[in-house]
Amino acid sequence: MRAILIVFLKEFRENLRERRTLYTALILGPLLGPALFAGMLALQLHKGVASADKPLPVAVAHGERAPNLIAYLSEAGAAVTATDLSGEDARRAVQAHRYERVLVVPPDFAASLGSGTPAPLELYADASDAAAAADTERLRAHLAQYSSRLARLRVVARGIDPLVLNTLAVQDIDVSTPVTRSVLLLGTLSYLMLLTMLMGGVYLAIDATAGERERGSLEPLLTLPVPRQQLIFGKILAACAYMLLSLILTVTAFAILLRFTGLERLGMSINLGPAVAVRLVLYCLPLIPLGAALMTIVAAYTRTYREAQSYLGLVLLVPTLPLVFAGVLGLRPSLAMMAIPSLSQHFLITSLLRDEPLPVSYVALACGATLACGAVLVAIAGRLYRREALLG
Amino acid sequence: MIEARGLCKRFGDIEAVRAVTFTAADARITGLLGPNGAGKSTTLRLLYTVLRADAGDACIDGVSVSQAPLQAARRLGVLTHGAGIYPNLTARENILYFAALQGLRAAEARARAAQLVQLLEMEEFADRRAKGFSQGQRVKTALARSLVHRPQNLILDEPTNGLDVMAVRSLRELLRQLRAQGHCVLFSSHVMAEIAALCDEVVVIGSGQVLSCGTPEEIRARTGTAGLEEAFVALIAQGQG
Repeated sequence: MRAILIVFLKEFRENLRERRTLYTALILGPLLGPALFAGMLALQLHKGVASADKPLPVAVAHGERAPNLIAYLSEAGAAVTATDLSGEDARRAVQAHRYERVLVVPPDFAASLGSGTPAPLELYADASDAAAAADTERLRAHLAQYSSRLARLRVVARGIDPLVLNTLAVQDIDVSTPVTRSVLLLGTLSYLMLLTMLMGGVYLAIDATAGERERGSLEPLLTLPVPRQQLIFGKILAACAYMLLSLILTVTAFAILLRFTGLERLGMSINLGPAVAVRLVLYCLPLIPLGAALMTIVAAYTRTYREAQSYLGLVLLVPTLPLVFAGVLGLRPSLAMMAIPSLSQHFLITSLLRDEPLPVSYVALACGATLACGAVLVAIAGRLYRREALLG
Repeated sequence: MIEARGLCKRFGDIEAVRAVTFTAADARITGLLGPNGAGKSTTLRLLYTVLRADAGDACIDGVSVSQAPLQAARRLGVLTHGAGIYPNLTARENILYFAALQGLRAAEARARAAQLVQLLEMEEFADRRAKGFSQGQRVKTALARSLVHRPQNLILDEPTNGLDVMAVRSLRELLRQLRAQGHCVLFSSHVMAEIAALCDEVVVIGSGQVLSCGTPEEIRARTGTAGLEEAFVALIAQGQG
């Protein structure tokens, strides 16, 4: 036991002096990640809020054929520009992104309207242009409103109650709360949290195995009268310590930065106060030994520092893969899924941030299963260090 | 005392060490001499418990390396090939790390490290980070590290590689001192002059086998050659023939 502690203290101290480890574990991951996330979020929210009040640009060809419609659109907030494009020209103009959308009023518009038959309108827009699609949708809504207003007037003119046009009275009742509305954001947040936590241990895992072999200091270490498992356990423990530091810093950075992003302006809020932050760290804790052992095992199989670096880049994806599946498949927590490490942490994190606590049995299974997997991997790493081929 | 008895080691199809038997006695400097790739390093690795022998055994002061590798290792100081040390620790911290892992108490370890820094004339660089050390400084640090627990037996794998003349002379002086104190010193080299200048006993290895062993005079007499170098060349030729 004493040897484990000695190795741990030495690795911890040595890596405090290694700029590369410090940058990734304590600065780059925990601060840059959350800062970037919060910045992007703020930008996106700003854009989303702003576009709702923004005038809706629409180019109209032959607006003189439908003066009432144009007046209605202008009143509704559309910025109407007049063009003389028609048919093919309008299509090309939209394709070339000269206009986001063009509304063409055909010559027979007024005549159709007068005779009570459906009046033709041509709306040219690019559905694949995601940025313009939202505004086009707004234009369609305005047109539909105008159409329904005309219909009512016609019905009234024929002496019929316009209420007959309303066959259904659907009431939309939104049950989402400000917290649940930010779910997608929370998913990304839990992904970033687990990823930066793992990154905190990467360089230490490499340095303690492939790096030590490359420097030629592994062989002298193995000549000492210390069981080899104790050496590797000390190294894994040091990687765990850096991962824990990284995790604490990341959670703290998220907790502070998210206060300044203005989520509530989109009717969202994130439940990330100090008490929740502490529980986030506790929930992620069981994943630390698993990650550290996994990275150590992979790094111990590689021959050089560089090789270890490229393999660990892939390994970082493995524990985060379940999160991606959860996102793509829209998985919801179930007892069986809580047995899957990293997926269970993802569920724990999001449920905590959504303020929808999971049953205690879920939490216990998540922690137990993750710790058990970690213990198996630590044992494998210990066996690996007894192999002779370790010297390379 | 280090005794190798019929040590065998194979890596895949290659028989690196074939039934190597020799004894390195206390108060003697024993040299393991052989061309590159003869199996010197593998033999030493079997002795200092980093590799396990496929057959045969070795005893360090009577303790079997196959039966009780940790106890055997405790009686050994080892300077491995290349003398790898930790670049982010100072020379003294490198020594103290090994002292702690050898089980020395903190105060005892500090006193011993100070003593070794003086003995090996490391005062100038003892508290500098090892990043950027010269090969001579690295070897001194690694040597101090391997002596920190006062081992009875010292194994050195090509210790003079990359050292300048002054460093080689002070290393020889140190090894002679250890011999005078009754320690067993075993080192490998492919440099004839090195062996001739220092060794009481020579073990000549070629193609993983012991070709001859004894004092330099005995080996010369046995091969009927004038110098040790001629004897060595004759033995290697025999071994390959």
